[in-house]
Amino acid sequence: MSGSVPAVRLTRVSRRFGDVRAVDEVSLDIEDGEFFSMLGPSGSGKTTCLRLIAGFEEPSTGKIELHGVEAAGLPPYERDVNTVFQDYALFPHMSVEENVGYGLMIRRVPRAERERRVQEMLDLVRLPGVGGRRPAQLSGGQRQRVALARALINHPRVLLLDEPLGALDLKLREQMQVELKAIQQRVGITFVYVTHDQEEALAMSDRLAVFCEGRVEQVGTPAEVYERPATAFVADFVGVSNVVVGLLAETLTGSPRPFSIRPEKIRMLEAGAAVPDGQCAVEGRVQDAVYLGSHTRYVIDVERAAPFTVIEQNRDATAMTRPGRAVRLAWSADHHRSLVER
Amino acid sequence: MSGLGRRLSTFLYRRPRLALSLLLAFPLLGFAVFYLGSLSALVLQSFFHLDGFTGQVVRRLTLATYGDLLTRANLDIVARTVVMAALVTVAAATLAFPLAYSMARYASPRMKALLYLAVLLPLWSSYLVRVYSWKLILAKEGVLGWVIDAVGLGWALERLLALPVIGGPSLSVSPMGTFLAFLYVWLPYMILPVAAALERIPDTLLEASSDLGAHPWTTFRHVTLPLALPGLAAGSIFTFSLTLGDFVVPGTLGNSALFIGQAVLAHQGTAGNVPLAAAFTAVPMAVMGVYLLAVRRLGAFDAL
Amino acid sequence: MPSETRGRRVPLALTLAAGGTLAFLHAPFLVIALYTLTTEDASFRFPPPGLTLRWFAVAWERPDIWRALFLSLRVATVATAVALVLGTLAALGVHRSRFFGRETVSFLLLLPIALPGIVTGIALRSAMSLLGVPFSFWTVVVAHATFCVVVVYNNVLARLRRTSWSQVEASMDLGASAFQTFRHVLGPHIGTALVAGGMLAFALSFDEIIVTTFTAGQQETLPIWIFSQLTKPRQRPVTNVVALFVILATAGPILLAHRLTQGRSGVMGSGK
Repeated sequence: MSGSVPAVRLTRVSRRFGDVRAVDEVSLDIEDGEFFSMLGPSGSGKTTCLRLIAGFEEPSTGKIELHGVEAAGLPPYERDVNTVFQDYALFPHMSVEENVGYGLMIRRVPRAERERRVQEMLDLVRLPGVGGRRPAQLSGGQRQRVALARALINHPRVLLLDEPLGALDLKLREQMQVELKAIQQRVGITFVYVTHDQEEALAMSDRLAVFCEGRVEQVGTPAEVYERPATAFVADFVGVSNVVVGLLAETLTGSPRPFSIRPEKIRMLEAGAAVPDGQCAVEGRVQDAVYLGSHTRYVIDVERAAPFTVIEQNRDATAMTRPGRAVRLAWSADHHRSLVER
Repeated sequence: MSGLGRRLSTFLYRRPRLALSLLLAFPLLGFAVFYLGSLSALVLQSFFHLDGFTGQVVRRLTLATYGDLLTRANLDIVARTVVMAALVTVAAATLAFPLAYSMARYASPRMKALLYLAVLLPLWSSYLVRVYSWKLILAKEGVLGWVIDAVGLGWALERLLALPVIGGPSLSVSPMGTFLAFLYVWLPYMILPVAAALERIPDTLLEASSDLGAHPWTTFRHVTLPLALPGLAAGSIFTFSLTLGDFVVPGTLGNSALFIGQAVLAHQGTAGNVPLAAAFTAVPMAVMGVYLLAVRRLGAFDAL
Repeated sequence: MPSETRGRRVPLALTLAAGGTLAFLHAPFLVIALYTLTTEDASFRFPPPGLTLRWFAVAWERPDIWRALFLSLRVATVATAVALVLGTLAALGVHRSRFFGRETVSFLLLLPIALPGIVTGIALRSAMSLLGVPFSFWTVVVAHATFCVVVVYNNVLARLRRTSWSQVEASMDLGASAFQTFRHVLGPHIGTALVAGGMLAFALSFDEIIVTTFTAGQQETLPIWIFSQLTKPRQRPVTNVVALFVILATAGPILLAHRLTQGRSGVMGSGK
């Protein structure tokens, strides 16, 4: 990423509500111009973090800097940061044009220039011609774009997005993911994107942070987080993981330290088949096989261990191993990921 | 100008507690001083006493005024008012029920909205005018008298008016007339909670009852009525409490037998006996307190 | 079958009883209207001996009626204005903050409507007597303001609860200060609630008799005027004309307020 001053820097930020630590000693650097995601389950503190950056809440402890400037005590309207809300928060009594142009109107931008920039923005989000309508007359996807246009028109240095695609159906969501990413790259603004959907985060982000119970468990590129999860939580939340512990771990690696192995890294062989050199192998029995179109997900019972999840691509349309069959699982130890317990 | 506005806004944004205090200061201050202060003055006054000789209120705490309440005449006033309140409540419940039932269970959505409006409209209209209208209706030479004569029941009305306690020279100057007027003005207050309570009864309950072999009347007695009870109780709170404190209706349609409200008004007026008026006011408050406790168990608060 | 009764044929007895009750509720208005037209001026004779419109002219000429009307209007206007400001401030404060004693404040702000008018009336009278405050225009205004504030407070609070607060945050996020946000975003939302609350407060104040009697002394608002006419056996139809006027003057605003809050119950406040 470019520049030495991060767009957003959180230094040991905490936000307490009574006894509850919604955000717990979070330190993050978000670089200028990057698409940064905050990923985690509900209640993990990612939205609170976002609100702290936006200025809707003040941290109990810690420091927030926006482009090097401390943001403490600055209300939202004094920060060069704009937000796309989860419920879009469009003003129902104003038309689309008035909604989008709201920030400019507040700043007393002359009408002619305001109208021009509103049209520009509506074109950017691919909604030309709906200017005169009211939010109630738009579909969910259209409202989402209006909210985006309304936030972008002020040329903020950082754009915050709070689970903006949550209310959309799958096809629309995937389409919007591509569009959002394209817009971000075109406009060059730093995007901070909150989501609980790990596929979304992996698909769109330059880097992401995984949140759990108010703390950041790992920060890295999608590949880093997926291939080298730092903790059991990350291994399990981002993608599916098989976590191997105890006796089985010791048998396979010689040490009782737990590790994780991704389902797609495991090959399923006939029981008793030959295993390539250096690879680990366990015996098991197919408990369940779920056909998912492009691949099949198997759950394999393994003696004295938790069931393994294995994913096989359906290259041959035919053969799908049926429940009850005995199988042998094999994988390379290179794909082991050591886990740090928190 | 806007610069100043922004600076002030930021100043307050950083101090949420100060902002809150500013918001609430005026309303709460005004409220505390005028309303709560007055209520305290009311209680305080009831413990003062009016000196019969000087006509001045003696500002020394005493129970003498409450003692004055316990005279025969005053106890009569209290008893009269309480009995009237009870009768009005019972009559209102009976009269309200059929309409409430139709509104809740038989009316189509459009009809129901119209009926609700039809019940709400009198409720919102001038209370005083509604009471006054009964003076016209009940006058000896008025509408009701004419109708009764027309159907040949004039003699029955004469007999009623001749009755000792509740009769009078004319319906418009008698406890009976007062009763009718009370019933009229408070009726919407009974209809609405009852209709609301009846509406909340799920159809499936009544279907289940009849499915188990109950005759419609049995279902009514054992399922509908008990479930409508909270609504009836809620409505009764209104009718009871409103009757206890009222002076307009008995003042318009009553005779010289006073009700609590009239006593309060009379004592604080030219007599200047504010302590006694205050003590009298304590009676409906106490009665309502007891009534509310009793009625709470019937679930009236949930039906309000 | 008790179930599936909606819109179906209703038992005749039920219809008669319900219809009778409805007639009972509305007939008196017709009676008043009728009696504004009677030629008989000293009694309430039915049927009226003749019909005339002259009482409207007589009422028009009566200075005491005009005086009472203007007093009622002045009191209602001032009480409503006070209520709009204080009620909105209180609603904003209670809605937005979690503070110690919030529940108590909400409960206290219900008292003026929950307690019977006579209690408020005698309470104010007690305070006036205790402090030696004489009767005046302002004692009446204070009396009316107590319940007017509560009415506006209820309406605005209910509307605030239905407003999504993220719009306020969005407005501040986009660069508007708290005051600008109130002007452009929050204000329009509570606007109709304010109008509805204000009209309701005005109508309640215009019609109020119970508390007013205790705090007015020699002054006559319109309801007090009507009440005083009950013992005067002359020019009775003039009283009816005034009564009819009061019905129309109060029903109108209340109907409008009802439409503005779209019939959602719980905010109208039971009448006094």
